[in-house]
This record gives sequence, structure tokens and C-alpha cells, in this order.
Amino acid sequence: MKTNIWPGLFIMAAAIYLVRALPLTLLKKEIKNSFIRSFLYYVPYVSLSVMTFPAILSATASFWSGLAGFTAAAVIAWVDGNLFRVSIGACMAVFFVELWL
Amino acid sequence: MEKRMETTKTSQAKGFFFQGFKAGIPIGMGYFAVSFTLGIAARKAGMTWIQSGFMSAAMLASAGQFAGISALSLGAGYGEMVVTELVVNLRYLLMSSALSQKVRQDRPFFHRFFMAYGVTDEIFAVSMGAEGKLEPWYMYGAIASAAPGWVLGTVMGVLLGMILPARAMSAMSVALYGMFLAIVVPPSKKDRIIALVVLISMGASGIFAVIPLLNQIPSGFQIMILTIVVAGAAAVLFPVKDEKEREDRA
Repeated sequence: MKTNIWPGLFIMAAAIYLVRALPLTLLKKEIKNSFIRSFLYYVPYVSLSVMTFPAILSATASFWSGLAGFTAAAVIAWVDGNLFRVSIGACMAVFFVELWL
Repeated sequence: MEKRMETTKTSQAKGFFFQGFKAGIPIGMGYFAVSFTLGIAARKAGMTWIQSGFMSAAMLASAGQFAGISALSLGAGYGEMVVTELVVNLRYLLMSSALSQKVRQDRPFFHRFFMAYGVTDEIFAVSMGAEGKLEPWYMYGAIASAAPGWVLGTVMGVLLGMILPARAMSAMSVALYGMFLAIVVPPSKKDRIIALVVLISMGASGIFAVIPLLNQIPSGFQIMILTIVVAGAAAVLFPVKDEKEREDRA
């Protein structure tokens, strides 16, 4: 490794902070435009769904345990909805399926 | 009188902080598991545990940090580093925009500078999932329980390599995805349009994963493209009426 690590770290941290801070600080007021409002309303649902599937199927040691984690999380979220229980339930499903594999 | 108002305010802030802290615990767990690999990669690139820990604390980003480590080890120029980070993390522009509309308008402006630090996929998820408008202290709570897991995992990855049993790693790595589902599924139960949007998003992302050229696109960029296209289409087809939005968010 030849480059200076420290300046690189600071520069990259600044770049990523900029991406995160610009919209939050520039869009101070409530946006009135109905298309943009609707768009931003859907952003979390779309981005979180896109990040979850199909990535969850390849996140664990095997496809089947990933599928089990996905199913368990979806079912618990549907029935119960508590964030903590959904997460733990998904972890447990993966763990037990991998015990059998 | 003045004093009493102050105390109510602090105890409220405490309450929100605690709620956020609780929501951040599964994030911290998932982060801990995922960031070990980051620490191992950092050590391979010749970084010390202090540098890696600092990197994780300052950047709080998985794809961004992997990209950063490879840029450092390849001896990339500073300009290249900036461009890499901008491209890999561009989706945070969208998340930060969505958050800007969710934050309580009556809170002091400076909060937004601190909140910006915590715009990660997961902290964004719980912040948007919080009922009503977003209280800055809720987000701080989530950061307080999530970020240490990320930093600690990274540092331990550098110092010790992989010490968690493979089974535990594998199980913990779905904690974050479980959280995402806990945010999108319950509203889908109440609102068919959201359910449809969620299913189409997953379908589209599945298609991106299997089609040869599309699956070469870096994942951070894929997320952004899909979000713009699907949320844009949904906004055109199903514009959100103000009343409904108020009901959902207020």
C-alpha cells in the first residue's frame, strides 16, 4: 500500500457525508409538488424491497436457509409486525434450517 | 413553569431516544456480523485496526467501505476516491430526500446535520418506519445502538479474523433483511397499492439479479435505478392523496 491512508479516509468520509447531508439540509420545507411527494412516499417501500430480495437468498450459508429466513420474516411481519421479533425470528429460522442441512 | 416545560421536553427526547435505541439493536447485531468481513478485507489491504475502526465510524457504509478499501490498496488518487464514493452511495440522496420530508418541521435545523450521519440503509429503514413524523432523537437512539456494532465488528475482524462460528454468522446476517421486511410488510397488509409496489420491486430486483448484463451493475447503483423507476412509476400511476398521506404519516 503506497497511498496515504489517513487523508484518503478523511476525503472519502467527507464525500459520503455530503451525499447524505445535501438533501436533508437543502429540502428544508415541505415539498408541495404532488408527483415528488408521491415519489418520495414510495421510495422507502421500493428501496427496502429491492435491497431485501433476492439478496437475502444468498446472504446465508445455503439458499434453503436464506429462503427459510425470508419466509419466516415475511410471515412474522405479516402476523405480528414487531421489528425485533421479525429479525430474531428470521435469524432463528436460518439457524435451525442450517442445523438440518 | 419554564423549568417544567424543559423537563417534559427532555423526558420526551429520552423516550424517543430509547425507542430508537431499541429499534437499532437488531441493526447492531446484523452490523456486527457483517462488518467482520470488512475488517478482514481492511487487514489484507494493510490497514491497522485504528484506521479501520476510524473508517467504519466515519463512513458507516458497507459497499462504500469495501470500495474505499480497494481504492486505497490500489493506490487510487483522491479524485477517484471521491467519485467512487459518490457513485456507490448515490442512493443515499434518495433516502435523505425522503427523510427530509419525514423530519418534524418544528425541530431546530442543526439536527439535520447530525441526522445525516446516520443515513444508512438500515437506520433509514427504521426511521421511515417510525410512526408519525420523525423525531431526531429517535434516529440518534438507533444510531447509538447500531453504529457501535459496526465499528466493533470491523475492529475485531482486523485483530482476530473470523472468530464467530459460521452458523452464528450465517444466522445473524439475515437480521438486517428481516428488519426491512418488518418495515414494508405491515403497511402492505393495510394498503393494496403498497403491497403491489413491494411485490413489483422484489420482482424487478429478481429480474436484475438473473439477467446477464444487468447483474453486472454494482448493487448500490442497481438499488438506485430500480428505486427511481419503480417509485417514479408508482407516483405516476397512484399519486398519493394528501389525506391518505396524512393519515399514514401524521
